[in-house]
Amino acid sequence: MKQKLVVIGNGMAPGRMLEHLIEAAPDAYDVTIFNAEPRVNYDRIMLSPVLSGEKTFDEIVIHGDGWYVERGVTLYKGHKVVAIDRVAKTVTSEHGETVPYDKLVVATGSNPFIIPVPGHDLAGVLSYRDLDDVEAMLLAAQSREKAVVIGGGLLGLEAAAGLKERGMDVTVLHLMPTLMERQLDPSAGYLLQNELQKRGIKVITEAHTARILGEDKVTGVELKDGTVIDASLVVMAVGIRPNVALAKDAGLEVNRGIVCSPAMSTSDPDIFSVGECVEVEGQVYGLVAPLYEMAKVLAGHLSGDVSKAFAHSETPTRLKVTGINLYSAGDFAEGDDREEIVLRDATAGIYKRLVLKNDKIIGIVLYGETADGAWFYDLMKKSTDISEMRDTLIFGSAYKGGAPLDPTAAVAALPLDAEICGCNGICKGTIVEAITSKGLTSLDEVRAHTKASASCGTCTGLVEGLMAATLGDAFNPNAVKPMCGCTDLSHNDVRRLIKAKELKSIPALMQALEWKSSGGCAKCRPALNYYMVCDWPDEYADDYQSRFINERVHANIQKDGTYSVVPRMWGGQTSSAELRAIADCVDKFDIPTVKVTGGQRIDMLGIKKEDLPAVWADLGKAGFVSGHAYAKGLRTVKTCVGTDWCRFGTQDSTGLGVRIEKFMWGSWTPAKVKMAVSGCPRNCAEATCKDVGVICVDSGYEIHFAGAAGLDIKGTEILGNVKTEDEALEHIVAVVQMYREQGHYLERIYKWAKRIGVEEIRRQIMGDADARKAYFDRFVFSQTFAQVDPWDERVSGKDKHEFQPMATLSKLQAAE
Amino acid sequence: MKGDVMNAFESEWISIGAVTDIPREGARCVDAGALRVAVFRTAEDDVYAIEDRCPHRGGPLSQGIVHGGCVTCPLHNMVIALDTGEAQGADEGHVTTFRTQVRDGIIFIAASDIASIAQTASAA
Ligand code: SRM
Ligand SMILES: Cc1cc2nc3c(=O)[nH]c(=O)nc-3n(C[C@H](O)[C@H](O)[C@H](O)COP(=O)(O)OP(=O)(O)OC[C@H]3O[C@@H](n4cnc5c(N)ncnc54)[C@H](O)[C@@H]3O)c2cc1C
Ligand code: SF4
Ligand code: FES
Repeated sequence: MKQKLVVIGNGMAPGRMLEHLIEAAPDAYDVTIFNAEPRVNYDRIMLSPVLSGEKTFDEIVIHGDGWYVERGVTLYKGHKVVAIDRVAKTVTSEHGETVPYDKLVVATGSNPFIIPVPGHDLAGVLSYRDLDDVEAMLLAAQSREKAVVIGGGLLGLEAAAGLKERGMDVTVLHLMPTLMERQLDPSAGYLLQNELQKRGIKVITEAHTARILGEDKVTGVELKDGTVIDASLVVMAVGIRPNVALAKDAGLEVNRGIVCSPAMSTSDPDIFSVGECVEVEGQVYGLVAPLYEMAKVLAGHLSGDVSKAFAHSETPTRLKVTGINLYSAGDFAEGDDREEIVLRDATAGIYKRLVLKNDKIIGIVLYGETADGAWFYDLMKKSTDISEMRDTLIFGSAYKGGAPLDPTAAVAALPLDAEICGCNGICKGTIVEAITSKGLTSLDEVRAHTKASASCGTCTGLVEGLMAATLGDAFNPNAVKPMCGCTDLSHNDVRRLIKAKELKSIPALMQALEWKSSGGCAKCRPALNYYMVCDWPDEYADDYQSRFINERVHANIQKDGTYSVVPRMWGGQTSSAELRAIADCVDKFDIPTVKVTGGQRIDMLGIKKEDLPAVWADLGKAGFVSGHAYAKGLRTVKTCVGTDWCRFGTQDSTGLGVRIEKFMWGSWTPAKVKMAVSGCPRNCAEATCKDVGVICVDSGYEIHFAGAAGLDIKGTEILGNVKTEDEALEHIVAVVQMYREQGHYLERIYKWAKRIGVEEIRRQIMGDADARKAYFDRFVFSQTFAQVDPWDERVSGKDKHEFQPMATLSKLQAAE
Repeated sequence: MKGDVMNAFESEWISIGAVTDIPREGARCVDAGALRVAVFRTAEDDVYAIEDRCPHRGGPLSQGIVHGGCVTCPLHNMVIALDTGEAQGADEGHVTTFRTQVRDGIIFIAASDIASIAQTASAA
């Protein structure tokens, strides 16, 4: 019989513990998790990039719903545990769910500390701990009004930077004379304050908050000296307290935190604890590195490896604000028995300070230039005697008495046991071993295999340096290519920043993102235009001059400068009336070539540009709309005859194809999108090499995506099976919308899927009904603006100038 | 036909329309017998006239994307500078340019430039 393991809290510490445990002993426990937060396990550290707009919540999920399902773990989301009955060995949630345990893990983390000043409970006063806080801040930020952040430590400053990035006017109130005084010395604190002020964040130090003002919602903050600062949002980030109430009620031994042995067991031998709620040997922790260490120890004990014990270690601190580099570790208080080495470069904004005792490093503060943090930290941890290299020590590992080495050489010079990723405790040797033995070539692969740089991400530069040193020329750190010569930003960066900075016109974007050319180029302009059409469907005014000629005149340019016209034939079906109209049109305009395309419709080629509106007018009368054969948009939905006629047909494949095409036509996409629906697995519509395909089966619809049959030939991946036509449509629309929002311009679905991961796409579209519905709704919204027949518009006179010469010189009057 | 064309070219500058007839960062064509001139308007409202024929394989430059002072040919992406008619970057090639003037928002094109080319074009 499996033992029952119950975990209270689904934060970063127990999440990591379960990973280790399930790897070591996959069948030992039936695991049940209760989480007060109504969501899966995510990287809490990365809430700051979510706040600033550099990441989305989806990108910081650690274990998606699928993770629990695949491992048979029961997760109660939004269930706070209110009681532990140690006699009956059960826990009970606020919704009345009672579950028995053999072993229990309490991982309730900590609670943000709220200073009990008058007004602290007004609406608009927030803490900074979970996604709800971030969402509330984002909502408040929409007003673009004033925010006050109380607390100038790590969290407070990350919140301030994020809110500023979102357009708020931000003031930081800090009780002490300099910022982050527990991690930085006054000099570095002062540099940091300057940098923040340069970014427009106001900082008031030695600020004693007297009360928070407001009737039913916050209007400002009053300081003890009488100063009043207006604010519609107040974020309190003054510290955390281990969340021990539940453990205390259950009669466990509690001090500042839940008292644990180095084996992570509490005063009850069947109850364990990990995370910020733990106190071990008098210490409590607030950074993930030691918590991950606890996770490893506890997983060992639960899986029978009792050799592990938790030992205290220092964790370096870094601030995750883009563009600000700081690093600190150890003890840097002054003292008679201590010496220090300081390097200042005022123009470059660099400050480095090493605190020494008996020729050993005991404290490190780096500001502005932090690449050597790992090297110094390694010397500190190993208590290396530095008297030999004392003269050049402050210049870092790269400086060996001569010119500084490049950064790659600096990483190469680190010993194999030097720690690279502080959060996950990964040292250089582990990473090098993984790169060489597993043949890893990209940062993502290294993250996946070693977890290095996968938590807070500040060691990314070191990991890249290490890859360069290990792989030589085979590693290209700039594998993320810039969009074009006009910028250093990648497509990803640009898409993210369009959203984060709410850039809604191409000139605004070029200004804000410091484009290097005056008007962009033929590569970036169409891409930018697409991104904005996709991201701001209601607000953005399509920049027609940034579209390639085909999309500007809604026909395909041919090698002789004439055009081809391909009307839609929904799902490949036509009629005598339609065919007659095409025949008449061909005769009337003397169209040289008529051809059946590979996309189940008819192409008329060799039409003069001047004739296009008249051709469309005639086609329009017969009910035709543009087939978008020229568009980075929905092209064709091929179908087979299905149940209407075919003796093998299982579903109405023609009907579904027509329905999809009618629902989705007119939408713009990163690259062209072609679909097909086959009525049975014989697959006459060739659905398994399309961007999106459907194979009808007796029990419903098998949805495929990420196929190609052009420059590359690739069979599709299966997204999943659904039962009804309505569901099929919803899933197809959702996956296309996901691609619309994430794809790089000109990147077909199969390339996007390779980049994002087929698993991840399945997780969001098949596994997460809310996400799917949200994608679907956004697509439907954008269609209200997109589903306009461009031919009809032009027949009615739009862009008339396109189709007529400006002047014919023989008829003109001379000037003067 | 030929006579007509010549008549129009008798004085030095011929008006071909208003600057505002051309969209910003766009182009319109002027037909002069067998010659086709592409008249461009940049984002800064500068106006340039060049032959509507890419030196590569004759692509209609008037249909390209206009960026900075250049146009990218719609057929195979050669980039042509509008003021000199020279191909940019690694490509080689040259397009005939025509002098223009803008007075009170009206574009004039140099008749003599057109005439010499138009004659060879229609003779060919
Ligand atoms: C007309 C048609 C050929 C035909 O006579 O059958 C055709 C014609 C062109 N194809 Fe195609 N493709 C046509 C079906 C296909 C198919 C088959 C299909 O859709 O089932 C494929 C392979 C499937 C696929 O896309 O994965 C196909 C793969 C391509 C590619 C390679 C795309 C890729 O990502 O690998 C290009 C090049 C590109 O888009 O950059 C291309 C580009 C073109 C262009 C647009 C070239 C251009 O830029 O001028 C041709 C335009 C001709 C015109 O003016 O109409 N065509 N092309 C077909 C129109 C289908 C329709 O009704 O809309
Ligand atoms: C914005 C921000 C930035 C940070 N940046 C960094 C950084 O750069 N580097 C770093 O090392 N650390 C950072 N941290 C700290 C780090 O996130 C925490 O140390 C870590 O997440 C703590 O993990 P945990 O599992 O102990 O607790 P948590 O992640 O807090 O998880 C506790 C969970 O338990 C749930 N819970 C509580 N009580 C109950 C109950 N009775 N029943 C059921 N569920 C319950 C809570 O809802 C919560 O989801 C940051 C924290 C924040 C908020
Ligand atoms: S796919 Fe199946 S149902 Fe459709 S035509 Fe072919 S055999 Fe018939
Ligand atoms: S015809 Fe212009 S680039 Fe080929």
